[in-house]
Amino acid sequence: MRETTHKIARRRKTGRRHPFATVALIAIGLGLTGGAYAAFNATGSTADAAASSQSDIDAGKKLFQANCASCHGLEAQGTSEAPSLIGVGAAAVDFQVGTGRMPMAMQGPQAQEKPSQFTQDQIDQLAAYVASLAPGPGIPDSKYTDGDGDAAKGAELFRVNCAMCHNVAGAGGALTEGKYAPPLHGVSPTHVYEAMVTGPQNMPVFNDKNISPEGKRDIITYLRFIQQNPSPGGFELGALGPVAEGLFIWIFGLGSIVALTVWITAKSN
Amino acid sequence: MTATTAAETTAKRRSLTAAASEYIDERTSVSVVVKEFGRKIFPDHWSFLLGEVALYSFIVILITGTFLTFFFQASQADVIYHGSWVPLKGIQMSAAMNSTLNISFDVRGGLLVRQIHHWAALLFVASIGLHMLRIFFTGAFRKPRELNWVIGFTLFVLAMAEGFTGYSLPDDLLSGNGLRIIDGLIKGIPVVGTWISFLLFGGEFPGTSIVGRLYTLHILLLPALVVAFIALHLVFVVVHKHTQYAGPGRTQQNVVGYPVLPVYAAKAGGFFFIVFGVLALMASLFTINPIWLYGPYDPSPVSAGTQPDWYIGFADGMLRLMPSHWEFVWLDHTWSLNVFIPVVILVLFLVVVAIYPFIESWVTGDKREHHILDRPRNQATRTAIGAAGVTFYAVMWAAASSDLVATHFKLTMEGVIGALQVLLILGPIIAYFITKRICIGLQKKDRSIALHGYESGRIVKLPGGEFIEVHQPLDEYERWRLVSYETYQPLMLRPDSRGRITFGRRLRAGMSRWFFEDRLEPVTKGELEAGHDHH
Ligand code: HEC
Ligand code: HEC
Repeated sequence: MRETTHKIARRRKTGRRHPFATVALIAIGLGLTGGAYAAFNATGSTADAAASSQSDIDAGKKLFQANCASCHGLEAQGTSEAPSLIGVGAAAVDFQVGTGRMPMAMQGPQAQEKPSQFTQDQIDQLAAYVASLAPGPGIPDSKYTDGDGDAAKGAELFRVNCAMCHNVAGAGGALTEGKYAPPLHGVSPTHVYEAMVTGPQNMPVFNDKNISPEGKRDIITYLRFIQQNPSPGGFELGALGPVAEGLFIWIFGLGSIVALTVWITAKSN
Repeated sequence: MTATTAAETTAKRRSLTAAASEYIDERTSVSVVVKEFGRKIFPDHWSFLLGEVALYSFIVILITGTFLTFFFQASQADVIYHGSWVPLKGIQMSAAMNSTLNISFDVRGGLLVRQIHHWAALLFVASIGLHMLRIFFTGAFRKPRELNWVIGFTLFVLAMAEGFTGYSLPDDLLSGNGLRIIDGLIKGIPVVGTWISFLLFGGEFPGTSIVGRLYTLHILLLPALVVAFIALHLVFVVVHKHTQYAGPGRTQQNVVGYPVLPVYAAKAGGFFFIVFGVLALMASLFTINPIWLYGPYDPSPVSAGTQPDWYIGFADGMLRLMPSHWEFVWLDHTWSLNVFIPVVILVLFLVVVAIYPFIESWVTGDKREHHILDRPRNQATRTAIGAAGVTFYAVMWAAASSDLVATHFKLTMEGVIGALQVLLILGPIIAYFITKRICIGLQKKDRSIALHGYESGRIVKLPGGEFIEVHQPLDEYERWRLVSYETYQPLMLRPDSRGRITFGRRLRAGMSRWFFEDRLEPVTKGELEAGHDHH
């Protein structure tokens, strides 16, 4: 479905084509979207395997064997190094590769984020390949990631479900054994949605029974709100709460006051 | 305007003020007080202003706090938020939280005042802390000022209580979690814990009465106590006269400095506005306690990075440092040693701080009055004890932010806590020995400078072919600073009046030996003269 829209966009750029071609393409696109939506409603997540062409899957398989098979196995069946990817779905691949976590660079407490090594097209191909192995959570529909939901509901859901690991302001927090929940500022809405449905590493999966797709949309709306609206109180000191405030008052607050006391008493001499 | 009219107006004005002051004085005899107080002398040194910083932040807290009381509702009744902060619209919360949000977003200037109030509270406790360190390291707590140290310590505790009660008032998620920790602490007290907790919270935690009760403490009882203790503290400062650093012309009997009126009062008045200005600047630039992000208190969610304000951090840290499995069931009760032992350690720590002047004077056996301050290096043992105490406190404090330390330095939580547990015990010991060595090293340096002067770096060849470095002699003033201090002999173990050697006396002699075993005697006059002859 995502692929279809890409193709429409690409054709447009070439300029010359039969006027009906556009209509036909839109019709096909709508049809596919509708089908995908129906599938989504049935399974609770978009099964976009139908929308990906065989050529994408083949290209994805090649990319996978070159870049991922050393850990995940030639057929993504998993090895002693890394888990099986059968059934993890396109969402997991889009999230893991899109945030640069995969291919994993080094063994550590958890996979690190880094600039993604692949273009979005290549990621889509990888995702299409993994999704073709077995159904799993798909790439979220853009209507859930537009950030136009209810920020207040989202904030409440966030406090109840996410704040214990990610901190109320989404500033991140420590877990056990060197693992941590990363800060959520600057994470794209699609990746936020995918993180919730796939539960990367130590994060729990929030399936549609825990938090409905609308609820996820609200959470995304809330995260977007606090990201786009700077704190009404001024600079945020990293949204790290009282620790940052305490360090600030000792170093800068009391520091400047002491400097001023030195100045006042020096003048008189 | 001609000179005569100008003179006339001033004359007229003076007669007016004169008349007014006469009117007041005849009815109050205030001039006696003004004259007496105005002639008080205060010495000038930056470190003597730290207590003033505390006083001025308290005044700022009073002014801004009064404004906040106009709008704050200390009630836990449920309301639905309809204010202007979008991500909380339509959310159910307590009236306390609702009114705090309204202060922040819908009362003109409310957010600024709220932030000044909170920053001032942090500065209040921090400046008291620094002021106490100054008093400690210069020995200003010695006779006759021991009681004033205890009063100041009480103020420190009251300030923390003020801070904590205020922090809990908005009834947001963060402060609610803080209260839950306090509830846990109280319930950890053997036998009576649960009972006290129910009494305090008016039932099972969180209940619906705690905010109202904390409010009464926060705006009535505690401020009244703080004001009373500040008054007492200042009366003692005036009665004892101010201490001063050693210097030529400064003795145990005099104070060298400026009179309160007009110089000191003018300076102090100006300094108040400087402190207020710094606070206002900070509050207008930096967010503090963004309760709109934390949301209303609800017992289920706990946020990562839940911390108390800095001055309660040491207590939170001590709890985190305690191994969590120290708990057992005995006589049908759960005995939570993992909560109770930290409370005992914290109370002991604070008690030692409070009574330190008495401990020291007992160990040294020194019953004389002291108005000249010590240079920290000349009291190596005391300075080392102080450094050990500061280290102990700092480790507890760091433990309160162990999770942030772990994420920011890419360490494991367990590793950070483990390292801090070791540091809590070893750190003060290491700090003690290092500080003591440094102090004694500095004393040696002072001694050689006093005897031989500064090394000038100028090498001279003597007629005989010998090379020497010319030492520049000190001027009299400098030398005074370096040599005029006192040391003590360790107390000898002597039998008491009934000819017995009690355990108390043994302990005292032992402590005294430990206190003074490594010390350098100040340079004597004879040594000085000998030193001069040398060059
Ligand atoms: C160096 C070895 C390594 C390489 C190379 C690697 N991975 Fe992984 N991958 C892992 C490990 C280990 C995990 C499990 C991480 C965990 O759960 O802590 C993982 C997890 C994943 C997951 C999440 C599985 C789930 O259950 O949600 C996806 C998706 C994934 N990898 C995709 C890829 C893709 C696509 C590539 C190639 C671009 C790739 N990986 C390359 C080691 C690797
Ligand atoms: C048990 C703790 C936990 C909870 C609860 C949790 N997360 Fe996470 N989250 C994590 C961890 C750990 C990671 C890092 C995973 C990784 O590095 O692969 C993570 C990663 C993420 C990421 C990716 C961030 C990035 O920088 O790429 C997003 C987005 C995210 N979480 C959103 C959420 C949302 C939204 C919720 C609530 C619905 C939530 N999380 C609840 C632990 C948690």
